[in-house]
Amino acid sequence: MIPFLARRLLLALFALLGVVILVFVMVRLVPGDVVTNLVGIDAHPTPEQLANLRRLFGIDQPIHVQFGKWFGALLTGDLGESLRTNRSIVSDLALRLPVTLELTVLALGIALLIAVPLGVLAAIRRGQTADYLASLFALAGLAAPNFWLAILFILLFSLQFRLLPSGGYVLLNENPLENLRHMVLPALSLGLSLAAATTRITRSSLLEVLNLDYVRTARSKGLSERVVVYRHALKNALIPVVTVIGLQVGTLLGGAIIIEEIFGLPGIGRFALEGINLRDYPVVQGAVLVVAGAFVLVNVLVDVLYALIDPRMRYD
Amino acid sequence: MALIVENLSTEPRASRAFWRGFMASPSAVTGLVLVVLVLAAAIFAPLVAPFDPVKYNPIDRLQGPSLKHILGTDLYGRDTFSRVIFGARVSLSVSAIAVTMALIVGGGLGALSGFRLGWFDTLVMRLTDVLLAFPAILLAIALLAFLGGGFWNLTLAIAIVYSAPFARVARAAVLRVREDAFVEASRALGASNPRVLWRHILPNAFAPMLIEVTLRLAYAILSEASLSYLGLGTPPPAPAWGQMIADGRRTLELAPWASIGPGLAIMITVLGFNLLGDGLRDVLDPRLRKR
Repeated sequence: MIPFLARRLLLALFALLGVVILVFVMVRLVPGDVVTNLVGIDAHPTPEQLANLRRLFGIDQPIHVQFGKWFGALLTGDLGESLRTNRSIVSDLALRLPVTLELTVLALGIALLIAVPLGVLAAIRRGQTADYLASLFALAGLAAPNFWLAILFILLFSLQFRLLPSGGYVLLNENPLENLRHMVLPALSLGLSLAAATTRITRSSLLEVLNLDYVRTARSKGLSERVVVYRHALKNALIPVVTVIGLQVGTLLGGAIIIEEIFGLPGIGRFALEGINLRDYPVVQGAVLVVAGAFVLVNVLVDVLYALIDPRMRYD
Repeated sequence: MALIVENLSTEPRASRAFWRGFMASPSAVTGLVLVVLVLAAAIFAPLVAPFDPVKYNPIDRLQGPSLKHILGTDLYGRDTFSRVIFGARVSLSVSAIAVTMALIVGGGLGALSGFRLGWFDTLVMRLTDVLLAFPAILLAIALLAFLGGGFWNLTLAIAIVYSAPFARVARAAVLRVREDAFVEASRALGASNPRVLWRHILPNAFAPMLIEVTLRLAYAILSEASLSYLGLGTPPPAPAWGQMIADGRRTLELAPWASIGPGLAIMITVLGFNLLGDGLRDVLDPRLRKR
């Protein structure tokens, strides 16, 4: 187990270092440079003014020096300040991270609540109406863009039936019930495609396990089908489901960016998009770094969880 | 000589078996029909679309679905159906070019890394680790934030994002066959490395790559739509599905069809590619056949 964990952590550290370098390089992809982009051509800045600004932002120095300074600050938890508000990016991110986390966790919860029972039902009723309906749901869920679903939900539940708010956010510790009302539609829009993918994998994995010898033994012992499915088969069938969920966390985090924008949730995704619109590059860098870092961490956790559930993985 | 003749005679047989399997798969056939329909709509858009997709018609603004305007009109009186049809051009071309670029660069590097192994393999795999450490859409958004939007930057961003999965699939496919007897035999006969890779290994990696291409096209269409929705895609007034949904949102209560139409088009196209991919997997890789 320990060599497996050590190898996995080492790979994650490499990936994180790569992410840091790539995020640093990205800002240098800006056509022209950050300063000319910020000031704009219409402002007609003099070369001296541009040079002064470059010195102020530290981009007049050689690239390795810039990276060294940036990376050093990063190691101390300093992501710099917003070019527009001068606020510390870390403190802004700390305010917004709980919103994105809540959205992602709720979406994951909704996905699992739908997918596992539906996948099990489809597997045990293979070839029957329930199976076809579950497959139809999975196909539609995978094909529908989440931002479009969000708009349909707003149309239906907010504009037509006036049941749920179409946007805005209430802090969880201020009013948990209102917070939940504001999060239902975003989480549902975000969670449906994951529910679709998880339904498919639960169904196919359970079908595979139900054909194994040990399940046949359990049946031949005279156990009820219910006990066979839920006590014996489902536990093993859920192993690939964990992997799929781990892989899909990235999709959830990415999807959260658009969903936060649609519902006006003050999360990291919306923070990043605001940064993009205002050309506030350090904000974009910080937000991208935090989300990618979180994704790498989640993947490590999933691998560890996987190794705990399935001992064969530890020796792979 | 006899071997060559035998090989030639087995090729049509394999192709016939493929088509028999393909036609017997409801997923594959349905997927192909949907994809061909969308592709035909994109190619023949000027012939199929009843109205000019970009011309403003203030008199016809925000009209509901009717015989004249099947999907109604938008805020500027433009026919939503015609815009959906022309939107297929942007969506399909961005996705197809991006996936082709990802296939060539990512697939090529992945195949080479699986073939050469050693430091080159380590380098390519660590690079893919980095790219895969980003949620796909976030990486594309970040790249576009710095590169700027527009057709080619959008295509490039999607291509970069999807090159890593292609590298992984190609590498795995090459690793599966590189030690096989027929590869050993061709080496023993004195075939050069490029020849072994090109003539013997890559044809055997064709099936997984074809499946990956089909499924990635579906993802690419969703990515293109998402990025267009955020305003990072092709600039208006040329219609793009994601952009149309974003525009339609402003008039959601008055004219919901302006958002519903393009969303349905995305769904049908993605469904088509997903079904085609699933069907191809059933036909080409019986080990992965879904139950």
